[in-house]
Amino acid sequence: MPQTWQPKPPTPSPSYSTGWLGWARKNLFSSPGNALLTLLSLAVLLATLPPMLRWGLWDATWLGDSRKICDSAAQDGSAGACWVFIKVRLEVFLYGFYPEAQRWRVNFTLALLGLAALPILAPTLLRGTLRQALFALAAALLMLFTFGVPGAVFTACYLLAPLALPPLLGQRPFLELFAGRLAGAITGILLTGLAALLLYLAAGQAGGGGAAGPIAVAGAVLAVFLLFIGRLTAGAWRWILLFTVYPLVGFFLLVGNVFGLPLVESHFWGGLFLTLVVAGTGMATALPIGILLALGRRSTLPVIKTLCVFFIEFVRGVPLVSVLFMASVMFPLFLPENVTFDKLLRALIGIAFFYAAYMAEVIRGGLQAIPKGQFEAAMALGWPYWKMMALIIMPQTLRLVIPGLANNVLSLLKDTTLVAVIGLLDLLGVAKASMADPEWLGFTKEAYIFAALVFWVFCFAISRYSVYLEKTYHTSQHYN
Amino acid sequence: MTTPAPAATTARQPIITISGVNKWYNEFHVLKDINLQVGRGEKLVICGPSGSGKSTLIRCINRLEVHQQGRIVVDGIELTNDVKRIDQVRRETGMLFQNFNLFPHLTVLENLTLSPVWIRKMPLKEAQELAFQYLQRVKIPDLAHKFPGQCSGGQQQRVAIARCLCMNPKIMLFDEPTSALDPEMIKEVLDVMIDLASSGMTMLCVTHEMGFARTVADRVVFMDSGEIVEENDPQTFFNHPKFDRTAAFLSQILNH
Ligand SMILES: Nc1ncnc2c1ncn2[C@@H]1O[C@H](COP(=O)(O)OP(=O)(O)OP(=O)(O)O)[C@@H](O)[C@H]1O
Ligand SMILES: [Mg+2]
Repeated sequence: MPQTWQPKPPTPSPSYSTGWLGWARKNLFSSPGNALLTLLSLAVLLATLPPMLRWGLWDATWLGDSRKICDSAAQDGSAGACWVFIKVRLEVFLYGFYPEAQRWRVNFTLALLGLAALPILAPTLLRGTLRQALFALAAALLMLFTFGVPGAVFTACYLLAPLALPPLLGQRPFLELFAGRLAGAITGILLTGLAALLLYLAAGQAGGGGAAGPIAVAGAVLAVFLLFIGRLTAGAWRWILLFTVYPLVGFFLLVGNVFGLPLVESHFWGGLFLTLVVAGTGMATALPIGILLALGRRSTLPVIKTLCVFFIEFVRGVPLVSVLFMASVMFPLFLPENVTFDKLLRALIGIAFFYAAYMAEVIRGGLQAIPKGQFEAAMALGWPYWKMMALIIMPQTLRLVIPGLANNVLSLLKDTTLVAVIGLLDLLGVAKASMADPEWLGFTKEAYIFAALVFWVFCFAISRYSVYLEKTYHTSQHYN
Repeated sequence: MTTPAPAATTARQPIITISGVNKWYNEFHVLKDINLQVGRGEKLVICGPSGSGKSTLIRCINRLEVHQQGRIVVDGIELTNDVKRIDQVRRETGMLFQNFNLFPHLTVLENLTLSPVWIRKMPLKEAQELAFQYLQRVKIPDLAHKFPGQCSGGQQQRVAIARCLCMNPKIMLFDEPTSALDPEMIKEVLDVMIDLASSGMTMLCVTHEMGFARTVADRVVFMDSGEIVEENDPQTFFNHPKFDRTAAFLSQILNH
C-alpha cells in the first residue's frame, strides 16, 4: 500500500527590501568602483545643475511684456533667462501666422482630435458603452464652455456616432438592410452622399479642381465599401471616423473658405501647430502605406514585390531633405496642368512616403517573427488573404513592432523641422525667425531651449505611450 | 468503440480520392505516385518514419501544399489553382497541427468565434453559443476567457480541435496532434479524438500513437520515402505486415 503524497505548501519569497538606505547601498555603493562612480556623478550634478537652475528659474525674468525689463535685469548683474521673450512670442510659437481671430479653429481641431483619439489610444481607460457615452457628454460640456453651442453639438455627435452606428446599421452587411431596415439604408445613402460632397469641396479647395470629381467618387466608393462590410464594432467605427470624417472636418476648419469660415492659406500656418499637423498626418498616413509596402515586399507576385522593393530601397537611399525638395519641385511635374497641389500638401505626401518606407521595413521584421503556423492555421480555416492579414496577422505583427514603430514616430516628429528647407516654418523655424526680430536680438538661448523643451515633452509622451501599449497588449507573453 | 469493419474502403462512398499524385520540392521527390481513397466517415491513420512525406500528403488535401501531378478530389471538388475550389475544400476540412497554432493575441473564446463570425458571417451571439458548446465537448469551458499562452499544451490542442469544429467540417486532418505533448496530456487529447471518431467524422490522422490506431482506425497506411508501402486494417497491419520495411518500422516503434 503506497503512502499518500502531499505537495509542500508554498512559502512567501524572502524579502530583500530594507528601506532607501538598503537600496542605496545595494545600487549606489555596492563596490568601491560603484561608489566612486556615484560620487563622481554627484560632483558633476552639483557643478552643473545649480548654475542651470539659477539661470533658468531663480534669476530668470518672468514678468512684464517688453524687452526693457530683461535689459534692466541684466544691468543689475543678475543675468538670468528672459522668459518674457517667449511669453510675448508665445502665440506665434504656437500658431505661426494664423490670423488671431481665427485661432479658435486650430484649438478646436486639436481639442477634437484629443477627444476623438482618447478612447482609441487608451482602450483600457474607457471600457464599456456607458463610460464611453458619459465621456462623450463630458467632452461636449467642456467644448460648450470653450467653443459655444455649435462646437459642443458637433463634438457630441462625433463622439456618439461610433456608439450609435452599430445598432443603427445592424449586425448584417449594409446590403441586406435594403430588405429589412429603412433607417440603415437611408443612413447609408446620406453618409455616402455626404462623404462624396465633402470630398468634392475639399479637393476643390486644395487647388485640385480637376481631381475633385474622381476624388469624390473614390470617397463614395470607400463609404459604400465600409457600409458593406457591416457588423463593425464601435471601436472599429471610431478608427474609421478618425481616418475619414475627422481629416475632412480638420481640413475644412483649418483651411476654411466654406461654411462662412474665412480662408487661411497654408503659408500662414506655422509654429507648434504646423509641427503637429505635419507629424500627425505623417504618422496617420505613413503607417497604413508602410503596412501595404511590407505586405507587398513579401508578396509572391513578382511585379508587386519588385515595385515595393524598388520603392523602399530608393526612399531609404535618399535623405528626407531631398525627398522634400522632390515633393515640392518635381511632384508637380507629374500632375496634369490644371491640378496644382498646395506646398504643404506636397510636403505631407513626401513625408508620408518617406516614413512609410522605414515603417515598412520595421513591419516586415515583425512579419518575419510570426510563426508560419499562424498563416497555415488561418488558411486551413478558410481565411482569404486580406482578411487573414487584417484580423490575424497584422494585430500580432503590430504588437511585436511597437518599439520599432515608436522609434519611427519619434524621429518623424523631430524630422518635421526639416520642412524649413521648403519654406514652411514649424516650431523650430518660428523660433529661429523670432531670434532674427530686431526688437528681440540676443535671446537665442531662450528660443532654442523653449523649442527643445516642447519637443521633449511630446517625444517623452510618445515613448511613455509606447510602453503603455506594450503593457496593455502584454506582447512578451504571447510566444513562449 | 465497436471493432472496425475490415477493409472498409469498398463499402463506403469515397469522400477523398487521391490518384497518381506526385510532388517535388525543387529536385526532391517527396510524394511518389500516391493513390489513396478515403471513405465517408472513415478513420485513417498514416504512419511512417520521419521525412517520409506524411505531413506533405495530408497538407496537399487542403492545399497548404500544391501537388504537381495527379488528381486530388475532395467531396466531389477537384483541387486546382482555382481559388474558389480551394476555398470550398477548406470549408469541408479542418486541420490540427503539431504545435496547435492558436492565435496568441486572442482569448480562447475569440479564437473559436473569429472564423465563424468573419468567414461564415454568423452573428456573434450564435458563434459564442456554438463555441461554448464545443468547449464543453472538449471539457474546458472554464478556459474561455484565458489566452492560449496561459493554457497547457493539452488544453491548447483541445481548443484547436474546438476551433476546427466551430467551422463544422466534414473531414478532419491531424498532423501529429500529440507529438508535442507530455504523456499526461496526450491522453486528454486522444480522448477527445476518440469521442470525435465516434461521432462519424471522417478523420485522417498522422500519428505514432499505435494504441489509438489499433482502437480507432478503420485502416492504417504506412509510408516510406514518399510512397505508400502498404495499407491494411489495423489487425492485419500490426499482426501480419506484408513488407519487411513495415515490420522493421513497427518493431522500432512498438518496442519503446
Ligand atoms: N518546404 C520544403 N522544402 C524542401 N523540402 C521539404 C519542405 N518541406 C518538407 N521537405 C522535405 O520533404 C520530406 C517530407 O517532409 P514531411 O514533412 O512530409 O515528412 P513527415 O513524414 O511529415 O516527417 P515527420 O515525421 O518528421 O513530420 C522531408 O525530407 C523534408 O525534408
Ligand atoms: Mg510531419
